[in-house]
Amino acid sequence: MGNLVEIRWHGRGGQGAKTAALLFADAALNEGKNVQAFPEYGPERMGAPVQSFNRISDDPINIRCGIESPQVVVVLDPTLMNIVDVTAGLPEDGILLINTSEEPSEVRKDKSVSGRRIFTVNASLISKESIGRDIPNTPMLGALIKATGLINYERMLKDTKAKLEKKFKSKPEMIDGNIKAIQRAYEEVKSE
Amino acid sequence: MSKIVAKTGNESMAEAMRQINPDVVAAYPITPSTEIVQIFSSYVADGLVDTEFLAVESEHSAMSACIGSAATGARTMTCTASQGLALMWEMLYIATGLRLPIVIAGVNRALSAPINIHCDHSDTMGIRDSGWIQIYSENAQEGYDNLIQAVKIAEECCLPAIVTTDGFIISHGMESMKLLEDKEVQDFIGDYKAPYTLINPQKPITVGALDFTDYYFEHRRSTAEAVLQAKDKIIKVSQEYSHLSQRKYELFEEYRLDDAQMAIVVLGSTAGTAKVVIDELRSKGIKAGLLKIRVYRPFPAEELAIVLSKIPAVAILDRADSLSTMGGPVFIDIKSALYNLEKRSKLINYIYGLGGRDTTLHHIREVYQDLQNILDTGKIAQSIKYLGVRE
Amino acid sequence: MKKLPNWKELPMGGLILEAGSAENYKTGGWRSIKPIHDKDKCINCLNCWIYCPDSSIIVEDGKVVGINYEFCKGCGICAHECPPKVAAISMVEERR
Repeated sequence: MGNLVEIRWHGRGGQGAKTAALLFADAALNEGKNVQAFPEYGPERMGAPVQSFNRISDDPINIRCGIESPQVVVVLDPTLMNIVDVTAGLPEDGILLINTSEEPSEVRKDKSVSGRRIFTVNASLISKESIGRDIPNTPMLGALIKATGLINYERMLKDTKAKLEKKFKSKPEMIDGNIKAIQRAYEEVKSE
Repeated sequence: MSKIVAKTGNESMAEAMRQINPDVVAAYPITPSTEIVQIFSSYVADGLVDTEFLAVESEHSAMSACIGSAATGARTMTCTASQGLALMWEMLYIATGLRLPIVIAGVNRALSAPINIHCDHSDTMGIRDSGWIQIYSENAQEGYDNLIQAVKIAEECCLPAIVTTDGFIISHGMESMKLLEDKEVQDFIGDYKAPYTLINPQKPITVGALDFTDYYFEHRRSTAEAVLQAKDKIIKVSQEYSHLSQRKYELFEEYRLDDAQMAIVVLGSTAGTAKVVIDELRSKGIKAGLLKIRVYRPFPAEELAIVLSKIPAVAILDRADSLSTMGGPVFIDIKSALYNLEKRSKLINYIYGLGGRDTTLHHIREVYQDLQNILDTGKIAQSIKYLGVRE
Repeated sequence: MKKLPNWKELPMGGLILEAGSAENYKTGGWRSIKPIHDKDKCINCLNCWIYCPDSSIIVEDGKVVGINYEFCKGCGICAHECPPKVAAISMVEERR
């Protein structure tokens, strides 16, 4: 399992951290990858810090325990960084992708993050402008693909569009909005 | 051609139930199996199945309704977990005694108290002497495959069967898996023709009659025989399914056991985690292996003894404690299975993962380290241990 | 003594495959008091036939002709249900 990639998502209850992991797994599956997506289940309620996880691999995935040292951490809500150690278990060369209006260097300074490769994108703003609501998980998929190169961007866009067309038959504006959000996040994600 | 999809364990079991299209499902929802009932009832509402769905007021009623239904010759299923299975307990024995092939899509969850919704095997281990066929699954794929097989196994044995996945770890984790075509599933399970049915004016029968001292023993003896005969039927159905699905199913799975000096025996999802550690150890030249029990009831004692007798040091991992001071139920069973052998392996027991405690690669490595110490010294320092508990 | 079937000879699941097998189980021996039917007093209202829990009132052509003592448990319901003015059934001690 040399090509196994593990991802941890941080969000708040109701923010779609679980859905993001499911969507990402689905996208990877469409590329012929083996996938796992699972949430952490606790006594969380709306707004409480929650986590969800992905494993993506070219080989079948047998491992069934929690993820302790992910190569990638995605933070859906930057305010979580004041209460949760989002870098826990993330190696020095790991990727930290954050939904925030700040630049990576600002986050590094404000939250005193050492090492790691920091990426930021204002997914909440993108979501509000393209979908009309703050649902950062969809644009974060675009940013995650740009930051990690884990799956093929064009193909993911095509698959997502097909899926949205099925889901929002009566609301075509939702399809375009979501696709635009992914595209913008892919283009606007910033690295150091 | 089978298609690769991403599904949670619960979705995979609900999908299997849709393809099975049972005549009757009577169920009461309980975490973490709720989604199975929820998804399946939407199939009923959408007309995707022909099933008569009974939303009952408790699990005791669910199993009672299943018994009534199965006695009429209807293909009958339900879903449950934990306290729900415990509440069914009284009726479970009646399903066996009446030889009714009811199938439960089960999800393993700890028993109260303290109340806990996460995985361990205490619930199904609590019904291990009820005569129900018990099949454990490592992942969502196996949950799906085992549930389809269980229908045929139960009907051929005239015994009830439960298939389980590990709560949350599998039930709520999404992963890649393959589905059969609806027709393949239907052709595999075939039509169910019950040997006797309650509602047949041409051939009236009595179900559930009273036995005195003069008959009860004989009836229990005949049920014991059915369980004894079940093993060969399970092997046959598993072979047929392996052929159909191109996925191998046996009473238990041997993973890198051929020349193994030490092995772990485990049920359910932790087998997958153990495989990762085994690959790691094998790459370092350490002869480690795994035996994953799939069919726990009837217990494949003779088959296990043949395989395990060749391995000098064996660790049995139990995700349930028997609270008997003798270790976990699987450990007790395996010890019994090996007792009459000339040459016996060194056995140790670990109670692990109670109430959903994560069992990581570190824990499994620790077990193999203990086994290595036993091989080196020839001594067992402590035969029953608790793995991953705060001491 | 009749030889009982062994476990291999029994139908599975404790099922009874023969209809009306209760007929093979004679309950007359349970009786300590016995109903005696008086044809002369009887008005054939058939109350006793309706109420008898063991179907032990023998009726032919709409008339009570006797009592099946192989199954009658001696409960006395027939005597109780017989209209008081008629009193065609009386209960007597079994052993006398």
